[in-house]
Amino acid sequence: MDRKFALKMMNITKEFPGVKALENVNLKVKKGEVHALCGENGAGKSTLMKILSGVYPFGSYIGEIFINDREVQFLDIKASQEAGVAIIYQELALVPEMTVAENIFLGSDLMRSGIISWEKLYAESQKWLDMTGLDIDPQMKLGDLTVGKQQLVEITKALTKNADILILDEPTSALTESEAEVLFSILARLKERNVTCIYISHKLDEVLKIADSVTVLRDGQTVSTDPISNLTENDIVSKMVGRELTEFYPFEERPFGNEIFRVNNYSFYENETQEELVANVSFNLRKGEILGVSGLMGAGRTELFISLFGGYNGKKTGEVYLENELISINKPADSIKHGIAYVSEDRKRYGLVPEMNIIKNTTLASLDKVKKNRLLDADMELEKAEEYAKKMNLKSHSLEAFMSQLSGGNQQKVVLSKWLLTNPKVLILDEPTRGIDVGAKFEIYKVIVELAKEGVGIVLISSELPEVLGMSDRVMVMSEGRITGELPRTKATQEEIMKLATIGSDI
Amino acid sequence: MTTNNENKKTKESKISFKFNAQSYALIIALVLIAVLFAVLTGGEFLSSRNLSNLFTQMTVISVLAIGMTFVIVTAHIDLSVGSLAGLTGGIAGILHVWYDWNTGIVVLAAVMVGALLGLFQGWWVAYRAVPAFIVTLGGMLIFRGILVGITGGQTIAPMDQSFRSIAGSYLPFSLGYILAVSGIILLFFFTIRRRARRRELQLQLPSPFMDFGKISLYAVGILLVTYILSRYQGIPLPLIIVVVLGGIFIFVSSKTAFGRSIYAIGGNKEAAALSGINIKRNTFLVFGLMGALAGIAGIILTSRLNAATTGAGDMYELDAIAACVIGGTSLAGGRGYIVGSIIGALIMVSIDNGMSMMNIPTFWQYIVKGSILIVAVWVDIASKNKTSASVA
Repeated sequence: MDRKFALKMMNITKEFPGVKALENVNLKVKKGEVHALCGENGAGKSTLMKILSGVYPFGSYIGEIFINDREVQFLDIKASQEAGVAIIYQELALVPEMTVAENIFLGSDLMRSGIISWEKLYAESQKWLDMTGLDIDPQMKLGDLTVGKQQLVEITKALTKNADILILDEPTSALTESEAEVLFSILARLKERNVTCIYISHKLDEVLKIADSVTVLRDGQTVSTDPISNLTENDIVSKMVGRELTEFYPFEERPFGNEIFRVNNYSFYENETQEELVANVSFNLRKGEILGVSGLMGAGRTELFISLFGGYNGKKTGEVYLENELISINKPADSIKHGIAYVSEDRKRYGLVPEMNIIKNTTLASLDKVKKNRLLDADMELEKAEEYAKKMNLKSHSLEAFMSQLSGGNQQKVVLSKWLLTNPKVLILDEPTRGIDVGAKFEIYKVIVELAKEGVGIVLISSELPEVLGMSDRVMVMSEGRITGELPRTKATQEEIMKLATIGSDI
Repeated sequence: MTTNNENKKTKESKISFKFNAQSYALIIALVLIAVLFAVLTGGEFLSSRNLSNLFTQMTVISVLAIGMTFVIVTAHIDLSVGSLAGLTGGIAGILHVWYDWNTGIVVLAAVMVGALLGLFQGWWVAYRAVPAFIVTLGGMLIFRGILVGITGGQTIAPMDQSFRSIAGSYLPFSLGYILAVSGIILLFFFTIRRRARRRELQLQLPSPFMDFGKISLYAVGILLVTYILSRYQGIPLPLIIVVVLGGIFIFVSSKTAFGRSIYAIGGNKEAAALSGINIKRNTFLVFGLMGALAGIAGIILTSRLNAATTGAGDMYELDAIAACVIGGTSLAGGRGYIVGSIIGALIMVSIDNGMSMMNIPTFWQYIVKGSILIVAVWVDIASKNKTSASVA
């Protein structure tokens, strides 16, 4: 184990006006290892990686960085790339309209030196794709690939730049299980080639599976660095939050009320291609019940519920009943009027208005509720926002803070507040804890259980199996636009769910 | 609710200072331009007569900029407003001069036509999903074409006294001062009430120095302007029209669901749609409002020129858009301030007016104004990049 350090970041301190984002952080990564970087959102992981990749240039932080024992001072991103550091962000930096090959070599000499030799470009791309084990035609348009495959292309692209240190920021959040497996095998190959990986992830099971060592950050400070063999999942979690989490899911047995929501033989078609995205689905939901919805990416879960909510244009057939009454929903406003709320999986894109503060984001879907004499009343708005901020245990210095000033967890709490203010009878939560830290997750789980106790019918769509298993009274599994099975809480296991989730996908 | 309060407070006060510095920058720019032209014209720029002229000139652009603020806030653009103001002004001239309609009905008709044509464009943008840039670029040509067609290319003049008085009359001195003073009292009253309410609700308070300093500055400005204008003929009526329209639109933007909705649409269209906001209808209406304001602008224009010409309002869309951007309205949508746009309009018109007084050839005026538009947008974008980079 006496390998050299590929990277040493020593006593890094970074301050933003009034906030110390990092304080004396140390990160030592051995050559050729997969080094996981864990911590809640806001712990300083991203800031640290932005320093390493030159986004925050030398001089804007205190401390020293050594790559292969030589001190480096990156003045910009290019300088860090030349030193062999490549970072792959959660948001992809690719051009969907270009081919895979063009994307791989975008910005490289192959694409830049005047005239492009297409044959050479495709051949070179094929070589790299073979090396990473990706079965993709380099002449395909990138936009035609799944998001997961696109991400693997991005990793391939980083490798062509002779990266010695590869930083992966939440790489599997958009990957299906099988794509994640491909990624892990790529990482294993990279290890053979002595490439060092820094792996940032909230998914601790992955970390345990692939990392050699783990550094945990908390509140801008290094908590510890340990070899993975010394750690369990609980160890990491408790280091991250600084306390022992005894029971992670605050699930409680509770009685259910009458049926509140029923969907019969519901199908939904894509607007332009007329492709059937949801096929003949039927299910029901009772008052106070939490219905987990599981399935792989692309199983049609989000499509089913957004179309039920009225958020898509496109042909729909089938019947929807609310409290035994047939209802027709053509647009989100209809849903809101009936008491159906949908919290999107992509809060940045579908949830928040960044130019608005917490108060205005909270009241956005219930403007009628904060009116006095037909005019918006600032006091009422504030009152409502305050009420829900308290309920959600929102952490912000002011309710007039803009969304960009909040952490992911707090942003999600604002989105939830917005929908709770509409007073929903049926609350659809699509990946409600995606990309948020452990502490905020737990608080959101508590709110979900509280709502269920109050009699709200809850649909919990989640790709994280432990979450579905831990929170649901009943699990409905989808695959390829169909419901492939339903499991009561007592019978639901990861294996059973995965079995149902993969039905049909092998045919 | 709050953890490590102290830490965050210092951060917040810095942010609010920065914001204030930004809003002051606009006023500082205005003062600098005034001083520059005053020096270059030997003080003539700041004479009572010229300022009175300036405030009358700015009204057309201001009225357009008020509507344009809403359009840009929804992340659209309206390139047709100059032509539409010209067309509505022309229609007003025809009805008034050729058909002898009385002034009141003519005004109503022009505003109606403006609103309808605005709605027509809004329908293409909202319900037919044609980009606003294209629809209004087409509108710009269509409206100009109609104007030339119905007037037969002639200038229509003269208007009668009642019509000319829309842009050509002044408030009596006493009424002017009464309005100015009551405006100042209202300003202080609102500020004090707002501060009291914010304290009661335990919201962040800007320092009294900042708050009252700002409105004291405004008060001095208002009194100074009133005084200077009174030395000539008094406060021009069109300026009052701008203030009233500005007030109405500020009210709509902050106190109505419609106003909130358009900011939400521009800020994040998808989130707004899923929140139950009717994107299409609101977009449609915004263009209708813009058209109605273009109608008002057309009336003022025809009244001021005492004639309807085929070239009226040419390129005014550029001034209106520049005014909005200078005033802090983001072309990406979701952010915009009516007051900023009005001050922006004053800046654009000052540049026009100052350069004319210096006898700088018209071609230079085009070049300078075009450059200002580009630089203003660049400043908007550059400042945005800076803030987004500093958010960790």
